[in-house]
Amino acid sequence: MLDGRSQVRRRAGLRLWLSAGWLGALALAALLAPWIAPKDPLAQDLFLGRLPPVWMAGSEPGYWLGTDSLGRDVLSRILHGARVALLVALVAGTITCLIGATLGLLAGFLRGWVDMVISRLIDIWMAFPPVLFSILLIAVLGPGLMSIIIAIVVIDWTRFARVVRAEAMAQGAMDYVASARVAGRGRLGTMVREVLPNVLPTIVVLLTLEMGIAVIVEAILSFVNLSISTDDPTWGGMISEGRTSIHQAWWVLVFPLVTLFLTVLSFSQLGEGLKDRFDPVLR
Amino acid sequence: MSALVIRDLSVRLKKGPPLLRRVPLDLAAGEVRGLVGESGAGKSMIGKAVLGILPPSVEITGGEILLEGTDLLRLPPKERRRRIGATCALIPQDPLTALNPSHRIGPQITDRLVDILGWTRPAADARARELLAEVQIADPDRVLRSYPHELSGGMRQRILIASAFAAEPRLIVADEPTTALDVTVQKQILRLIAGMQARHGTAILFVTHDLGVVSKVCQRLSVLYSGMVVEDSTVADFFAAPRHPYSAALLAATPKYTDPAAGLNPVPDAVIDAVRAEVAAFDRGAPHG
Amino acid sequence: MPILRILLLRLLTTIVTLAGVAVIVFVVIRIVPGNPIAMMLPPGATEEDIARLTALYGLDKSIPEQFAIWVAGVLQGDFGTSITTRQPVLDLVLGRLPATLELSIMALVMAMILGGAAALTGTRFRGGRTEGAIDVANGMALSVPDFLWGLILILLFGVLMPVFHISGRVTPSLDLPFATNFYLFESLIRLRFDLWADIVAHMFMPALALAIPLAAIIGQLLKQSLKETMNLDYVTLARTKGYGETRVILREALRNAALPTLTLVGVQFTFLIGGTVIIERLFSYEGLGNMAIDAVINRDLPLIQGIVLLFAAIFTAVNLIVDLLYAVLNPRLRHA
Repeated sequence: MLDGRSQVRRRAGLRLWLSAGWLGALALAALLAPWIAPKDPLAQDLFLGRLPPVWMAGSEPGYWLGTDSLGRDVLSRILHGARVALLVALVAGTITCLIGATLGLLAGFLRGWVDMVISRLIDIWMAFPPVLFSILLIAVLGPGLMSIIIAIVVIDWTRFARVVRAEAMAQGAMDYVASARVAGRGRLGTMVREVLPNVLPTIVVLLTLEMGIAVIVEAILSFVNLSISTDDPTWGGMISEGRTSIHQAWWVLVFPLVTLFLTVLSFSQLGEGLKDRFDPVLR
Repeated sequence: MSALVIRDLSVRLKKGPPLLRRVPLDLAAGEVRGLVGESGAGKSMIGKAVLGILPPSVEITGGEILLEGTDLLRLPPKERRRRIGATCALIPQDPLTALNPSHRIGPQITDRLVDILGWTRPAADARARELLAEVQIADPDRVLRSYPHELSGGMRQRILIASAFAAEPRLIVADEPTTALDVTVQKQILRLIAGMQARHGTAILFVTHDLGVVSKVCQRLSVLYSGMVVEDSTVADFFAAPRHPYSAALLAATPKYTDPAAGLNPVPDAVIDAVRAEVAAFDRGAPHG
Repeated sequence: MPILRILLLRLLTTIVTLAGVAVIVFVVIRIVPGNPIAMMLPPGATEEDIARLTALYGLDKSIPEQFAIWVAGVLQGDFGTSITTRQPVLDLVLGRLPATLELSIMALVMAMILGGAAALTGTRFRGGRTEGAIDVANGMALSVPDFLWGLILILLFGVLMPVFHISGRVTPSLDLPFATNFYLFESLIRLRFDLWADIVAHMFMPALALAIPLAAIIGQLLKQSLKETMNLDYVTLARTKGYGETRVILREALRNAALPTLTLVGVQFTFLIGGTVIIERLFSYEGLGNMAIDAVINRDLPLIQGIVLLFAAIFTAVNLIVDLLYAVLNPRLRHA
C-alpha cells in the first residue's frame, strides 16, 4: 500500500521533470534561435529543394533535418517557429488566465446577478465550435500574432471561468470564509485574501494546460494559413506544407510534428503532474 | 453429516498481519451457529472466506473449508464458484445497497435459478412468487415488477431473505442481517429468518455482534477475538456459564432487556490484556503463513 | 410532471443561447474590414457595380436593420444566399450536414467501443499490468488533441502503411447512385457494399482522430466508476450466486457505472463535433467544417452565419438528447 503510493509519486515526479526539461530546452532554443540556427530560416534556394536529412543519401551538409520544397532549412525553421509558439503560449495563456479566473472568481464568490450574467455568457460561448470561432475571429481581425492572441483569449476564457467559478463556490461555502467575514473583512477583501489563495493551485494547473492549448491553436491557425504572415516560420505552417508534399518529402511534416507533439504533451503532463502535487490526498 | 467444516483456516492481509488464526468451526446440517465478537474480530471474514468473496487485499494462507465433505479451497475457481452458487447463499447486512438499482426485483430473485441451476423461467417465476408469499409480502406480482428504490428497507430485507432461500441452499451466511434496520423491524426480520430456517432446515452461519440475537436464533456459537476462536459452545451452556474470561466479560457487557437499570459494563482492561497475551502466545507457537 | 418542466426550462434556455449566438456572429462578421462584395467582382468592376451588388445582399443597411431582415428570413426558413456560390445558404448547409453527421457519429461509436473496451478490460484485470498499460495509453491519448492525432494517423496509415485514404469522402471516379448525402447510410440500404467499403476507408482515419481523445475520457471515467461499483454490496451478492467476474462486470456493474459517464459523453461529444472543423480540413473531407473554413477565407457572410448557427443548434440538441437518455436509463428518474 505505502510503497505503491511512493512509486506512483516517483513516476509522477519523473513525468514532471521530463516535461519541464523539454519545455526548458525549447525555451532556451527559442531565445537563442537567431544565434544557434544553422541557416537563415527564410532563405530560399530552389536548387536545394527537398533535401533529405543528413543521414540519408542525397543530403547536403549543414542541412541537418533537410529542406522544404523552397529549399528552406527545416531545423532553422523549427527553432524560429518555437519563438512564435512559446510567445503565444506565454502571452495568450497568461491573459486568458487573468480574465477567465477573475470572472470565474467573481461569479463563484459573489453569486447573484453577477453569476447569472457570467454563467449565461459561458453557456453561449460553449455553443460555438471553438476552432470555427477562432478562424472567424482571425478573419475579422486580420492575420498576425496579435490577432491569434486575442482569438485565444476571447475563446478560452471560459475554460478558466467555469472551473474557478465552481471552485470558488465550494470555497465560499466553507467555514473559514464565514469567519473572515465575521472578523470584519469586506466581500472583495475576503475574496482576494481568503478564497483566491485556495483556488490558486487549480489556476496554475489550468494555466499550464492552457499554454499547451494555445500552442495547438496557433498551429491550427497557421495550418489553415491564417496565422502570421505566411513567410514567417511557424510549426503549423510547416505542417501544412509538409502535408501537401508528404509522399515526396516526409521530413518536412515529421520534424515539426514531433516537436509540436512533444511540446503539447509536455504542457499537458506538466499540468497533470502539478495537479497530483497540489492534491493533498493522492486520489 | 456436517454442512460445513472449517479446519485451521488462516487469513491475512496481503503482506500484513493475520486476520484469522487457524480457525476451527463445524456446522451440522440444519443448525444455526452464531459468530460473535467485536468489530474487527474476523467474524465476517469467516463468512466471506466460505462464500469466496474476500476482498482482493486479503489472502487465505492455509486451512480447509469443507462444504458437505468437499474442500472448496482445492476446487478450480470456476467450479468452486458454481458449487457455492448452487449450495450456499448470503443474507447481506444492508438491504438498501444489496439490490441492484437498475434491475427489477423479479430477476434478482430468479437469476441464480435460471442461470446457474438451469430452471425454466416460468418455474423460477412461480418459485419467486411462492417465496414472497412465504416472507409475508402482500401483492407479490407488483413487488416482482418493482425497482428496489420503490420499496422500503424492511421490504427489501424480506426480499433478500426470500432470495437467499430460493435455491434451497444447504448453507446460508447471514452477515449482521438486522444491524442496518430499525429496532421495530429488527424483531420481525429475526423472527422471519428463524421461521424460514425451521421450515427449510437450512444451516445458518449467523454473524452478529449482538448476543441477544444469538440467544434467540442460534443453537451454538463461536466467540472470536482478533481472528482467534476463544470459545465454542452451545448457546445454553454459554449463557449459563461462559468458559473463557473474555466471553464472560463480553456477556457481562451486553445490556439486559430484563434489567436495563443494570447499566453497561465494558470489558475490563485486565481481560483484554489476558486475551491479547493469549493471541501473542498463539502467534509464537504456531507461526502463520 | 417534473421531467416535462425540466425539459420546458431547457428548451427556453436553449432558445436564449441560440439567440445569443446569432447576435454575436452577426455583429462579429459585420466588423470585417474590407468589402466582401468588392472581392467577389472581377478587377474591372465599377463603383456602381459594387453598390448594386451591395444593395442586393442588403449590406448597405444598418446592422440592426440587417439583423431584423435576417431574423425574419430565418424564421421563414430563409437563411440568405451565399455570396460566393449564389446558392441558398440552407441548401448548401443541408447538403454538407450529412457528411459531418456521419463522421461525428462514426467517431462517437468508435470512441465508445474503444473507451468501453479499455474500461472493461482495465476493470477485469484491475490491479495488474494490463490496467497500468491502459492507464498510460489513456493518459497519452488525452494529452494530445485530435488535430495532432489526425496528422500522426496520416503518417502511419496513409504513408508508412497506406491502408486507408487520407483525403476526400469517397473515391471521385466512383459512380454514386445516391439520392441523399448520407452516403454511408444509403450505401448500406442499397446493399452497395463496394461503395460502403470505399466510404469507410475514407472516413476511418478522420473518425479515429476525433475518437481517440474521447475514447480516453470514456475509458478513464468508466473504469473509475466500474471499479467503485464493483465494491458495492449488490455486486458481492451476485458473486455468491455463482457468476464469474466477467459476467458480474457486464450484468451487474456496467449499467449502473455507465450513467455518470453518459452525462459527460454528451458534453464531450459537442467538443468532438467542434473538432470536425479542423479534422475535415486536414483530411479534405467534404463536410460542414471544411465548407466553413472556405466561407471564412472567402468572407462569405451569409454562409458563415448559417453554418455557425447550425453548429450551435447541433450542440444544444446533443445536450438535450443526453438529458433525455439519462432520464430513460435511470429508473429512479423514470418513475419519479
